[in-house]
Amino acid sequence: MTYIAKPKVHHPSLKKNALGLTRRDYEGAITTLCAGCGHDSITAAIVHAFWELDIAPHTVAKLSGIGCSSKTPAYFLKEAHGFNSVHGRMPAIATGAGAANHTLTMIGVSGDGDSLSIGLGQLCHAVRRNVNMLYVLENNGVYGLTKGQFSASADPGSMSKKGEANTMEAIDSVLLAMTLGATFVARSFSGDKAQLVPLIKAGLSHKGFAFIDVVSPCVTFNDHEGSTKSYAYTREHQVEVVQADFVPTRDEITSEQEAGTAKSVMMHDGSWVTFRKVAENYDPTDRDAAYGYIRERQKAGEVLTGLLYVSGDSRDMAQQNELGDAALTTLPFDTLCPGSAELNKLQARFR
Amino acid sequence: MERVNDFAFKIATANGTGSASANGLIMQAIFRMGIPVTGKNVFPSNIQGLPTWYEIRVNKHGYTARTPVFDLMVALNAATYAKDVAEVRAGGWLLYDSTWPLDDKLKRADVQYLGVPLAELCNGAFKGVRERILMKNIAYAGALAALIGIDTEVIRQLTQEKFSKKPALLASNEKAIALGYNYAKDHFPCPLPIRLERMDETKDSILIDGNTAAGLGCVYAGATVGAWYPITPSTSMMEAFKGFCQRFRKDPDTKANRYAIIQAEDELAAIGMVIGASWAGARAFTPTSGPGISLMNEFIGLAYYAEVPAVIFDVQRTGPSTGMPTRTQQCDLMLCAYASHGDTRHICIYPGDPKEAFEFASKAFDLAERFQTPVFVLTDLDIGMNDWMVPKLTWDDSYQPDRGKVLSAAELDAAKTFYRYYDHDGDGIPQRSLPGVHPKGAYFTRGSGHNKFGAYTEDADEYQEVVDRVARKIQNAAKAVPAPIVKKTPGAKMGLLTIGGCHAACVEAMDSLAKDGIHLDYMRVRGFPFGDEVRQFLDEHETVFVVEQNRDAQLRSLLMLDTGTPLTKLESVRYYAGFPMSAHHVIAGVKAKLEKAA
Repeated sequence: MTYIAKPKVHHPSLKKNALGLTRRDYEGAITTLCAGCGHDSITAAIVHAFWELDIAPHTVAKLSGIGCSSKTPAYFLKEAHGFNSVHGRMPAIATGAGAANHTLTMIGVSGDGDSLSIGLGQLCHAVRRNVNMLYVLENNGVYGLTKGQFSASADPGSMSKKGEANTMEAIDSVLLAMTLGATFVARSFSGDKAQLVPLIKAGLSHKGFAFIDVVSPCVTFNDHEGSTKSYAYTREHQVEVVQADFVPTRDEITSEQEAGTAKSVMMHDGSWVTFRKVAENYDPTDRDAAYGYIRERQKAGEVLTGLLYVSGDSRDMAQQNELGDAALTTLPFDTLCPGSAELNKLQARFR
Repeated sequence: MERVNDFAFKIATANGTGSASANGLIMQAIFRMGIPVTGKNVFPSNIQGLPTWYEIRVNKHGYTARTPVFDLMVALNAATYAKDVAEVRAGGWLLYDSTWPLDDKLKRADVQYLGVPLAELCNGAFKGVRERILMKNIAYAGALAALIGIDTEVIRQLTQEKFSKKPALLASNEKAIALGYNYAKDHFPCPLPIRLERMDETKDSILIDGNTAAGLGCVYAGATVGAWYPITPSTSMMEAFKGFCQRFRKDPDTKANRYAIIQAEDELAAIGMVIGASWAGARAFTPTSGPGISLMNEFIGLAYYAEVPAVIFDVQRTGPSTGMPTRTQQCDLMLCAYASHGDTRHICIYPGDPKEAFEFASKAFDLAERFQTPVFVLTDLDIGMNDWMVPKLTWDDSYQPDRGKVLSAAELDAAKTFYRYYDHDGDGIPQRSLPGVHPKGAYFTRGSGHNKFGAYTEDADEYQEVVDRVARKIQNAAKAVPAPIVKKTPGAKMGLLTIGGCHAACVEAMDSLAKDGIHLDYMRVRGFPFGDEVRQFLDEHETVFVVEQNRDAQLRSLLMLDTGTPLTKLESVRYYAGFPMSAHHVIAGVKAKLEKAA
């Protein structure tokens, strides 16, 4: 079972938003992911962001593909329609739903297998079309549900749980999105809720395709020595590795840091990731400069986080298709069907 | 022997030389003369240079099936001369460009050769390579007009209508037609014994291809989202839909579009978009062909199991694999009926001509929304891309779309509970809610195991309860799909059953067989699952000839699977080499089976 209803007990002192809803009203079923999974931290951030934005849950469509990350839409916004589609193809569902009803607030949750392997093409084209949605890629470099195969975001040289080395280059989703002309590109870390919540809010508010790659450690299948995720240079810190040969119950990793600073965070497997938050005076509106800066920090072994790029003149899919204010789903039939008189007139053409 | 309003001719040219407009002009002119006419475009998978043919059949009885017997060949492509000469019937005619001498080896004693120096005439009359080539193709239309007796006034009217906004083009077209016409008049006994005479048999008809008709049907059905990936021979359907939307679907005040067309990155995405849009409450569709259906299979299973409407037009072409993309077949009958992994069964409807392609569009959306499932509309290249003479399209202004059991905000508000997959009414069809309407309508759409409340399940009984209900629901659709067309002949003990565009060939064949004392009852199935009427027809005849266009007798397999009819009483008559079926295929097939039985 991955569907367990949460008990509906509200503490009277819980804070309410403008709609009179508490954060509990934005939650979903109880998670069935491994304890300590980074994805659950992201779910919590999503709940928080929607609550803070005063978005009525039923006006939201939450979409996903297949995989651990794709299960998470069940765990937030129980009053929103959810669509757990097929592997790697959530962008097509979102594109269709967005065309039919562009007044919906759409959030898509995907993983690195879902987005960067089987669904790479669909992700690229959703970016190109600038579908109005928040797209969260929960990135852990590994296939969790099929137990530990490399994903396309695994770094060269990193080791699988079975001891095999990854020999191929990683696909960096952020650089990819930048190249494809994404209008909103961010990266964050599942453990940094202070950074993640504002980014999710910004993404939801963006008109167009808002892409957030969230590094989200897999507690189970990156739980071994050799899983570098290319951060081997911080291996001197490995004394703090937590050794375990079973799926452990873990605490989620959390981290707070100041803008403009770099900070190393230990993953479940004991490896270290150095996150650098963009500085407060960072200019996210210059695509070329942003791209260069991300590459530069990568070369220095750092993962740059924050709102990396946002376009000032984003035209989303609905605008490109010259749709009106009302959703296509709400147009009365008599405004769609030309009727018999027009049909008679038209047929002169076929004689 | 004189043959008035009953002959066929074929025009052989090279692709991309502008011959399509000349061929269209000839066909339309005959139609305007009130004479029943059919055109079949035989074209290559190529943009320029490869051989292409256009076949026109004139038939006063209204038989519209393709005929492979040609009285006259317009052989303008040196690359195919040999083949084209061979195709003319004994005693027929061949028109060729006599600017260059014809190889003696290509001459037949039983064919009359009509040499018209088309290139020479046009080189003298026009400047520039492009115009000379284009006008050469218009000039043969002029020569043909003289030879078979096309009314020059009708041609003049048509060219004026076509080029009313391009006076320069009008002048050169008229000049080219006159060149060919006058040359033929001066050099040959015009008209030939195969000739036209005005009739009054087309005034209530139109000439239309099935893709245009289906695209128009989607506009009339209220479809708002079209997602597609270009594929021959379905491409022109979305182009037609777009054209009609630009005309009919602009908000007069704001100029906003009342439609969205998305060209997807592949067919996987196209069907995903249709499912997403339908899930959100739009009428959405995708036109494609067999290779597209193959790619869509995974998503089709999701829509079937998660019970999301989707309308898929399959304009069939020859398979397997890439096959012959510009030739026709009915080869996706099985593929569509059971598309996707796992136990699935889909509603399919089978238009027999462009008029039905128009009518079945709204029917398809009604079925998809009522039964909350993918619906396939199967046409083929012949129906989709060729101009057919069909009765004028009609529209019932009282039509209201059947949106099925979609709960409104008020209904959800009043409901105590909402369970997405719960069978309230005992008809196997659950209630549906759309995103963005009401908090109580929220549910989780999934292709993974779910119970009748919409929750994930791996419980054996809960799983089976839902899949059994879905099976029941699809079976119930047998009563809702378009009923078969039936024509009974008194005393007939045998039947002939067919599908789709084979109709024209079968009707003609049955008339011919009747003259030989072979009387058959007729049925054309128009929907799957097959209903009681189909079962009854099979039951009450000792032998039923099943006529279709694929190698493996897919329709016969479907009939056996769906009705339990024994193989022994279903005699298969097939033609599947890529051309539209002709009456002679049916006649020969039926006679061969009868001889074998005797």
